[in-house]
Amino acid sequence: MEEISSLMHGFAVALTPMNIGLMMIGILLGVLIGVLPGLGGANGVAILLPLTFAMGSTPAGQVSAIILLSCIYWGALFGGAITSILFNIPGEPWSVATTFDGYPMSQKGKAGEALTAAFTSSFVGAFIAVLMITFLAPMVARFALRFGPPEFFSVYLLTFCSFVGMTKSPPFKTLAAMMLGFALAAVGLDTVTGQLRLTFGFTELLKGFDFLIAVIGLFGIGEILLTIEEGLNFKGTEGKMRMKVVLETWKELPKYWKTSLRSSAIGCWMGITPGGATPASFMGYGVAKKLSPNGANFGKGEIEGVVAPETAAHAAGTAALLPMLTLGIPGSPTAAVLLGGLLIWGLQPGPLLFEEKKDFVWGLIASMYLGNVVGLIVVLTTVPLFAAILRVPFSIIAPVILVICAIGAFTVHQSMFDVWLMIIFGIIGYVFKKLDYPMAPMVLAIVLGDRAEDAFRQSMLASQGSLAVFFSNGLVGSITALALLMLFWAPLSATIARLRR
Amino acid sequence: MSKHLNTAANRQPQAKWKRVALACAVAVGTFASGVASAWEPTKSVEFVVPAGTGGGADQMARFIQGVITKNNLMKQSMVVVNKSGGAGAEGFLDVKGSNKDPHKIIITLSNLFTTPLATGVPFNWKDLTPVQMLALDQFIFWVNADTPYKTAKEYVDAVKAAGPNKMKMGGTGSKQEDQIITVAIEKQTGAKFTYIPYKGGGEVAVQLVGKHVDSTVNNPIEAVEQWRAGKLRPLCVFDDKKMPYTAKVASNMSWGDIPTCASQGVSVDYQMLRGIFMPPGVTKEQVKFYVDLFKKVRETPDWKEFMEKGAFDTTALTGEDYVNWVTREEQRHQALMAEAGFLAKK
Repeated sequence: MEEISSLMHGFAVALTPMNIGLMMIGILLGVLIGVLPGLGGANGVAILLPLTFAMGSTPAGQVSAIILLSCIYWGALFGGAITSILFNIPGEPWSVATTFDGYPMSQKGKAGEALTAAFTSSFVGAFIAVLMITFLAPMVARFALRFGPPEFFSVYLLTFCSFVGMTKSPPFKTLAAMMLGFALAAVGLDTVTGQLRLTFGFTELLKGFDFLIAVIGLFGIGEILLTIEEGLNFKGTEGKMRMKVVLETWKELPKYWKTSLRSSAIGCWMGITPGGATPASFMGYGVAKKLSPNGANFGKGEIEGVVAPETAAHAAGTAALLPMLTLGIPGSPTAAVLLGGLLIWGLQPGPLLFEEKKDFVWGLIASMYLGNVVGLIVVLTTVPLFAAILRVPFSIIAPVILVICAIGAFTVHQSMFDVWLMIIFGIIGYVFKKLDYPMAPMVLAIVLGDRAEDAFRQSMLASQGSLAVFFSNGLVGSITALALLMLFWAPLSATIARLRR
Repeated sequence: MSKHLNTAANRQPQAKWKRVALACAVAVGTFASGVASAWEPTKSVEFVVPAGTGGGADQMARFIQGVITKNNLMKQSMVVVNKSGGAGAEGFLDVKGSNKDPHKIIITLSNLFTTPLATGVPFNWKDLTPVQMLALDQFIFWVNADTPYKTAKEYVDAVKAAGPNKMKMGGTGSKQEDQIITVAIEKQTGAKFTYIPYKGGGEVAVQLVGKHVDSTVNNPIEAVEQWRAGKLRPLCVFDDKKMPYTAKVASNMSWGDIPTCASQGVSVDYQMLRGIFMPPGVTKEQVKFYVDLFKKVRETPDWKEFMEKGAFDTTALTGEDYVNWVTREEQRHQALMAEAGFLAKK
């Protein structure tokens, strides 16, 4: 097979001591970036991009440069899970779904298990996505071209629908939270009309509500307020400190192979289309909850609830590099910054990159395999260390978390206004928890509301207002049908069960 | 992005004026380089991009950052910051509000003119200090390579034959340059498109490859790779003369082989400004530092290669010439947008 020999060649290009060293550095930096909320993968890569300009002048240097940057990206993907599990504060947008079961696990004293499961699933997801990139790249690139506005909208619809009924709250509370999210997502510039909406003349609102600020506030600050009320004793019991935890968890993980495969498929698909890692993680979690026999226990600290979103997020994050390389469209904000890097090094991503720059492309693909293996080893050795953080008394750790959250919120746009906004979101988060409103649907709506709206209105422009466009071909029709099936899954399955009786 | 949309009547004097301006710029530049800079940045310089990551302005800003770092053109470092909120208003307002801050520069798109006109957000280029024009970005009329249309005339005739709103034009943003060009084509030829706005130029090009739209007016750099791969076909360039680049790019054609739209009966002329501005209240010495810096950037082989790859018009103006150019473009955008009904309601 031609791919195998190309890949072997790629390994020859990527496997130099210097490149391995760069991988370690990149992963460690990335984990750090992933741990700090706000300082996302995209920001981290952008900050470090100038370091690589000098490297990019030779073909071998270009490979080294992309290895360093992509490893920062892998590191950030790994690292996002850490604070989600330990403190219920998602370090990265795609780790929001990891908090649903990861945090309850750490409250039960199973932080080590949760971290191991998260890191291992990340690795599995990435590995499957790289396999796909290796063998199916040209085919996948052609598939991505079939996505126009109606297809995008149907994918977003599917994400929302697979989410409904995911939380234990009453449907109307879920709906109310989601609608609030949509309203917040509508603030700022409207792509379709070019007009400002809901800014009320405040220039701070021009850029809309950043999803990261909302997440840091709702989850991070909200959680701290709640804990303070419950009386300053930190709920997390001390995590087990031994490396044995890793091996014990590994014995358990193969049981969830179905969930892993499903989430990988969802992740690959969302990475390519390009929906990105965040919707992939939500969809992975939602689908696993519906289809898994343990579904009812999701949200109470089920290890499968950590496996599902992490696998999907990492698969999507990895697959997102494919449309960047073959089409020149980035599947995620981080991929967009990497794209800028490629251009500066004199590489033009596009359909011809695979033919004209074989060394570079296959060196990069080989580095994806190596980088994820290196990454897994690096992060697993840190599990006892991170689990040990939970032994620090809450009265010491809470101010630290607060400061980190504030810095994180500030970093997103270098704006003090965002820090105040974070605090307001924190209060909203607290109120939501007290009144038992789910926060996840609101977060999902803030992330995808804007994009879903654009895709819907672009479709309507193209079809002259006919809704039939969402069933106009096999692809969009089947996604829309699947979405509707997901939406009515609960009543449908109940009816079927009743009929059987 | 400031582009020109000239009619046949004033095209000739414009070209001549450009040549004179270029000569002036060269003369000023030669003189300036003989004198040592009096002012230098004392901390890192923030390079604001009033657009998202990955777009044309962002690519150019990050490329400049790379050239400066690689060739050690500045002692302090340069940091690229994207402030894309409100069609770039976030970035412009940030620079406008940084009075007398010499460590901040901004690269412009046509949104320098279109955003305040379309949204009513209170800023104007006169609130900023003009530094220099780096280049002008071209616009090209593209169709999918699988379609039978070989010339702009054939395509426009097909659009008219299909009836109003049947053919789809994809473009970046709403009430911005791509839609302004679309409206100009419609006014000029009587064809009527359905305009579909997307978030970025790369996305628009891919939508055309996937046949989700029928044509685009992408910048060269946004679509060049798809052209080289044989997926897209350029019909004509929206300029009064052909582009000067003769190296073969794709299907045995060079950028210079693409005819002008005017020669095909679509008399629309529009380019987009890639220029640099600073906050208000900065001193002459501070502006001069950046003018000299960009002069050095433009002399590097990397820059020349970048210009050719993106088929840019390398006209670069400074000082008075730049101010005059921007003033004229603003009036033109005012007129074009008023005609298209894109102005914000007061």
